[in-house]
Amino acid sequence: MDAVYRALVDIVGSDYVSVQPEDLFTYSKDLGTSEPGKPDYVAAPKTTGAVSRILKLANEHKTPVIPLGGGMSLAGLALPLKGGIILDLKRMDRILELNEKGRYVVVEAGASHGKLTSYLHKHAPRLMHSEPGAPPAATIGGNLAIHGQGDLAHPYGFNSDMIAGMEVVLPTGEICRIGSCAMGEKWYTLHPLPDLSLFLGWNGSTGIITKVSLKLYPCKKIREMDIFCVEDENLVPEILYELTHAGMAGDLVAMSSKLPPYSDRLHMISIALSEDSRQEMEFKRQILFDTHLAKYIREGTGGISMAGRDVERPMVSKASDWKKGGGFEYVGAILPVTDYPECYRRGAAISAAHDIPYTVLGRVIGAGHAMMFSWSYAFNRADEQSIAQARKALHETDDLVMELGGTIWKPAVYGQKLLLEKMDANTLQMMKKVKTMLDPNAIMNPGHWEVD
Amino acid sequence: MRISDYQYADIIHRCFRCGYCKFPADWSDVTNCPAYARHRMESWSSGGRLWLIRAWVTGEIEWSPYLAEIVYACTACRNCVEKCPLPIADNIVNMVVAARSEMVERGLLPPAVRDVLTRVQQRGNPFGLPAKKRGEWAEDLRVEKFSGQDYLLYIGADGSYDSRAQQAATALVRLLEKAGVSFGILGKNEADDGNDVAFMGEEGLADYLMEQTIARFRELGVKQVITLSPHALYAFTAQYPRLGGDFQAYHYTQVLSGQLRTGALPTPQSGGLRVTYHDPCFLGRWSNEYKAPRKVLGAIGGLQLAEMERNRKSSLCCGGGSGNCYTDLLGGSEESPARIRIRQAAETGAGILATACPNCLVLLEDAVRAEGLDDKLDVRDICEVFCQASGIPL
Repeated sequence: MDAVYRALVDIVGSDYVSVQPEDLFTYSKDLGTSEPGKPDYVAAPKTTGAVSRILKLANEHKTPVIPLGGGMSLAGLALPLKGGIILDLKRMDRILELNEKGRYVVVEAGASHGKLTSYLHKHAPRLMHSEPGAPPAATIGGNLAIHGQGDLAHPYGFNSDMIAGMEVVLPTGEICRIGSCAMGEKWYTLHPLPDLSLFLGWNGSTGIITKVSLKLYPCKKIREMDIFCVEDENLVPEILYELTHAGMAGDLVAMSSKLPPYSDRLHMISIALSEDSRQEMEFKRQILFDTHLAKYIREGTGGISMAGRDVERPMVSKASDWKKGGGFEYVGAILPVTDYPECYRRGAAISAAHDIPYTVLGRVIGAGHAMMFSWSYAFNRADEQSIAQARKALHETDDLVMELGGTIWKPAVYGQKLLLEKMDANTLQMMKKVKTMLDPNAIMNPGHWEVD
Repeated sequence: MRISDYQYADIIHRCFRCGYCKFPADWSDVTNCPAYARHRMESWSSGGRLWLIRAWVTGEIEWSPYLAEIVYACTACRNCVEKCPLPIADNIVNMVVAARSEMVERGLLPPAVRDVLTRVQQRGNPFGLPAKKRGEWAEDLRVEKFSGQDYLLYIGADGSYDSRAQQAATALVRLLEKAGVSFGILGKNEADDGNDVAFMGEEGLADYLMEQTIARFRELGVKQVITLSPHALYAFTAQYPRLGGDFQAYHYTQVLSGQLRTGALPTPQSGGLRVTYHDPCFLGRWSNEYKAPRKVLGAIGGLQLAEMERNRKSSLCCGGGSGNCYTDLLGGSEESPARIRIRQAAETGAGILATACPNCLVLLEDAVRAEGLDDKLDVRDICEVFCQASGIPL
């Protein structure tokens, strides 16, 4: 065995390093349409110290390192494009500190969102964090590395806006803390120090997030979802404007999908409501429906299609079975709320052109400051043509996002290229400086966010 | 090499590898898949395994001993079936077993698996011990041979040959006697139930064993069977009818809970035992029996049942299912599922970890020693706990 393998065994133990062809195969694929990218090694460290040693080793050998969380990006963001070491971080999954009154929790970055939700349910039921719509195996660190959003996006923004501290390992192996935790053991704030959060949205190409302090928010006893339905997509932005003005909803999502057939061309606006008492819930409903949305009900242009539905964990994986094919991928994009009608129409047209049932979804981020749109394309993993067709649809959607003036969210390599091409030259150079300064040997997830 | 006739070729690609299969019901961790908990690499998860099987079937990867180990390390605990949100869920274990069948067909087995199957083939039990010794465990007990009693007590290979499981079998005999149940055993005429052999993918041998047992039961006029092992229970209730088995089978906890209900079995006092209970996969997730064992334990006066966080459908498998108890493919580590389970049991503060399966009993008892907790936690079968509380000497 070679020197890198022997060193990895020394760092993490032989049980957690592999060069077996089967493991290299497994880690060469992700869940979406990306072409496989084969690693040379797989390692699953348990500690920040081990991550640090591995990065120093990788620098010595100029070997790429690709950090992997839950592997749920679907966009191939943790596939080795140039070989190297896949670092599966899911063994780093401890919940280290809960400060209930201070409303934050410190976790290792490989902890899953499912684990944290379950932990809070048991140990601090009056608190919650923003859980993404991804499967519960998605990790906290992975989600931050791609600027994820979750079910608190409307009131509080991106998940990466909700952190109160980070520990990162720089590409050259130094362990750094960012925020109040850099001066001691209190992980309560990222601000007001100079901003060093250069690791969010970089897909692990500037370093590895190993610990995170997440802000926690009130979790009410009763959590329900109402759905307001309209036929005219042009009404969606103004309805969202009304709802965000009222400021009473939690998660706000507008969605239209070809399947099931009864939902085709309808726009379902799901309104998450939470309160500690029935009285408060009914008060909120009264304000929302009798005041803000009454006009649409009276006109007959909108209606309440469901009220008081239990909030269940989203089962996004079911989308992978639309073609009975075990696969789907989506383009995510951040756009103004006002672009919903265009996003819906153009997205549905792309789907129709590729014979894929359309699903267009938009989640409100902040008080209507932006919306995360997603256009999902199911494919059949056993059919190369189906995969190619979905990939083509994804690329066309990336192009559409750029045409609409949007910003592709967690772009695959194709989308990254589009964004970099359009980016201001000085901003590009700044990105390059940051990357070169932090990662002089260009070992971190090479092929991602690379500025020529 | 492409496997052209793999039975599930039309659906295996429908696994999305989304990871729901790793979780218990409360989403508290990704470690409720025993093989994934042991190795913590994706290939060992349920989804990773299915993707590798598919790659082998389609010729993308070649067979290797490592691949075979991954395929055989699945304990068929059914946690994945419970958690998978896709329509393929019910076939996840079937897809793994079908891949094993392909490996059996081609003689491509991990040595440990091959040896177990050889021993069953040659001696009728996974231990490779002589068939004529199968009834020795009961010689001093003076248990009647089956001759038309109400029930046949089917002990199985573990209770017949493994010294620890024999203690559980002995306790069960004493309890059935105390409850006045009319039963007999087969002794050396008992054959392997074939459950683990079937799950190891050796369909031909499994069918042979099952047909042999069906013929014997028919010959003796067996109408009702009590099993010590949930593995036998599952085989008798789910697999034997396919081959013409037409008898009723019950796990012993189901019979004992009935005897308690009628008052035939007196309820003892425990003097404040604190007990936690490990749901065996083939009694719980496979046979949907969660109440009977708890009723038996609950009938012991003063006994405090302290549930582990992962219980019932979320119970973590001990790592012994589908032959792994004999092949030990998940052993040798602090993260072996049985050792994790012992740590979960210890967290409850219980002094006794009770179970109702000889495989679980043996693996968990080994694990409690490996964890250095054998002075704090006793691993017992439920019938042993009941005997102790009842003052029945064993």
